[in-house]
Amino acid sequence: MNMMAETTTEAKQVQPMSEPSFKMLGRNVSVHYGAKQALFNVNLAVRQNTVTALIGPSGCGKSTFLRCLNRMNDTIDNCRVSGEITLDGQDIYDAAIDVVELRARVGMVFQKPNPFPKSIYENVAYGPRIHGLARSRADLDQIVETSLQKAGLWSEVKDRLNEPGTGLSGGQQQRLCIARAVAVSPEVILMDEPCSALDPIATARVEELIHELRSNFTIVIVTHSMQQAARVSQRTAMFHLGNLVEENDTDKIFTNPDEQRTQDYIMGRFG
Amino acid sequence: MAGYVLMFLLAAAIVMAFAGAAKARRTADAVPGKTHSRPIYHGLNAAIWTGIPAFVFLLLWLFLQNTVIDHLVLSAYPGVEAMDASARSIAISEVRQIVAGNIFKQPTPEALAAADHLRSLQAISGWVIATVAFASAAIGAFLAWRFVGKRARARHSVERAVSIFMLLSSLAAIITTIGIVTSLVFEAMRFFSMVPVQEFLFGLRWEPQIALRADQVAGQGAFGVIPVIFGTVVISLIAMLVAVPTGIYSAIYLTEYSPARFRAVVKPLLEILAGIPTVVYGFFAVLTVAPAVRDLGTAIGIPAEPNSALAAGLVMGVMIIPFISSLSDDAFAAVPRALRDGSLALGATKGETIKKVLLPAALPGIIGGVLLALSRAIGETMIVVMAAGLIATMTLNPFASVTTVTVQIVTLLIGDAEFDNPKTLAAFALGLVLFVITLGLNLIALRTVRRFREKY
Ligand SMILES: Nc1ncnc2c1ncn2[C@@H]1O[C@H](COP(=O)(O)OP(=O)(O)OP(=O)(O)O)[C@@H](O)[C@H]1O
Ligand SMILES: [Mg+2]
Repeated sequence: MNMMAETTTEAKQVQPMSEPSFKMLGRNVSVHYGAKQALFNVNLAVRQNTVTALIGPSGCGKSTFLRCLNRMNDTIDNCRVSGEITLDGQDIYDAAIDVVELRARVGMVFQKPNPFPKSIYENVAYGPRIHGLARSRADLDQIVETSLQKAGLWSEVKDRLNEPGTGLSGGQQQRLCIARAVAVSPEVILMDEPCSALDPIATARVEELIHELRSNFTIVIVTHSMQQAARVSQRTAMFHLGNLVEENDTDKIFTNPDEQRTQDYIMGRFG
Repeated sequence: MAGYVLMFLLAAAIVMAFAGAAKARRTADAVPGKTHSRPIYHGLNAAIWTGIPAFVFLLLWLFLQNTVIDHLVLSAYPGVEAMDASARSIAISEVRQIVAGNIFKQPTPEALAAADHLRSLQAISGWVIATVAFASAAIGAFLAWRFVGKRARARHSVERAVSIFMLLSSLAAIITTIGIVTSLVFEAMRFFSMVPVQEFLFGLRWEPQIALRADQVAGQGAFGVIPVIFGTVVISLIAMLVAVPTGIYSAIYLTEYSPARFRAVVKPLLEILAGIPTVVYGFFAVLTVAPAVRDLGTAIGIPAEPNSALAAGLVMGVMIIPFISSLSDDAFAAVPRALRDGSLALGATKGETIKKVLLPAALPGIIGGVLLALSRAIGETMIVVMAAGLIATMTLNPFASVTTVTVQIVTLLIGDAEFDNPKTLAAFALGLVLFVITLGLNLIALRTVRRFREKY
């Protein structure tokens, strides 16, 4: 309500047609928090069934960009987004788009695991319930089971589905949040540093999971770990000071980046 | 005498504080090595040892001295064996009046002798206080003075004294409550020795107008508490029906929907509502709401009495809205942002997020607010004294007049209260009932809160 898309004139001139393999496309995306500009004309494509990693030093706008993709920035009072972002060629900031439907298609996993203070079952069933995805209790049970399986959590929790989700370990909670996101069958899953609160073993578990999820979902992941970006992603985008420095195949970025700044950041010379 | 002793103790404690600190500083400088406690702790320690034991003694003595002196005076009073309790209390108060110089009629020689006795006892008591307090202060000061040293642990001693003081402070509320309940139970027991418990608890008639003197014409009196409680329940129910939805919805609107500027104005206003004296609400109920309710009753064809349950309940409901809204507001605001975001990111609408995530997470706080409001409603006195009726009728008709437990307590105790007939003592029994009800409510509340608690 406080931020309708401001489709700039430049954005109109760009061809609206996107290549079919591009799931989401950001054109000239700029974001202001009040008077402070956090993103400057970012152009970034997210490919279908691909893991795209967003890297860059702290405060460069990775989370801000990620939150533009499912309009979570709408919930921040003084945040203004301009430019154009499309999902399957359709402008997500268009008045015709219902933000609730958009978020059902573009799910999100947060940095800190944030399971609801409900049972494990209810956590996963939450999304399907509000979207009416299950016709019967059996349907719902099925959705919960497959989601937990996809999140690699089923075997650990199948005997205690009625226990509170907050009683799980940090890594299990994060996988529960992934299951919760998966349960509404989104097309894209956004992950903002999903492993930053986890130990190495839980991290490895989640990375493995991201790998498996790729066949069904398009994934965008923000990470501060270069190794993680290299391990899980096919495409990598490097941000710096609110600008997109470069975006390319992960192999290329990590072996032979075009930009000196990317090279320096990956080598740990700044950030 | 006690006043001078108190001032002496204070002065001694202050002097010892400085002296102790000074000595500590000297010893610290004189001997090399590490000192344990800073001089200020030695000073405080000396002040505590000098002042506190004597002060405690003083308090206890003052607390007990009148009882002891009265006892001594009475036991020497001629003919005391023949007196009953009330005659004894009359005798001792007469003696005290004489000592205080208020003589209304020519005192008997026995009373005058007793007054002399009392005076001498008081003088002795004064000297005892002064001597013991002085001795105790001197011993304490001496011990604390000798205690000061390089490695002496004055800090520990001071900290222990402070923690004992904190313990006593926290016990004060509990002890007061126990005292109040005990006296309530005690008086109620006296009532139950006159009116059987089962008649009180299960009786369906409440007519406390009984004859105070043998020659008065009055009813037999009936002390069945059910109709009175019924009235309290009806009025509280109406109040909760008004306050719970209004309070919770206003909290939801203020935390989740309202623009910041609206919230900044309305929230303080709501809190002002909580500060309005209940007697003002009473005026409002009698002068504005009750006539309106009567008109409404006439309009829809139900005869309404001037003191209707509805009028009192509505106004009481408005009175307790701030309790519910303010506590619910806090409860909603305390739900972490991550939970909202988590729900919104799954495609939940704001309404769904509120209903399914915020409300359950905030429920303990909300229940707390509701129960606080409910016990306010049940215990509220002024509004119902002004706006509810006096006759206990068992009816669910909100346009009829009902009475409440609190109203009955007030009316029973107003006027010439004599604490030896069931009419007056019934007030204590009612008070006990009120206490038990609110206690029960709180227990239920705690259990519900624990059951529904969703930890975040
Ligand atoms: N809610 C907000 N209000 C105002 N400014 C904000 C807000 N959120 C982010 N910013 C600012 O926007 C810029 C980008 O922030 P963002 O959170 O996107 O960085 P980031 O790349 O995700 O950093 P990190 O790696 O530390 O998470 C920062 O300068 C930050 O201060
Ligand atoms: Mg971030």
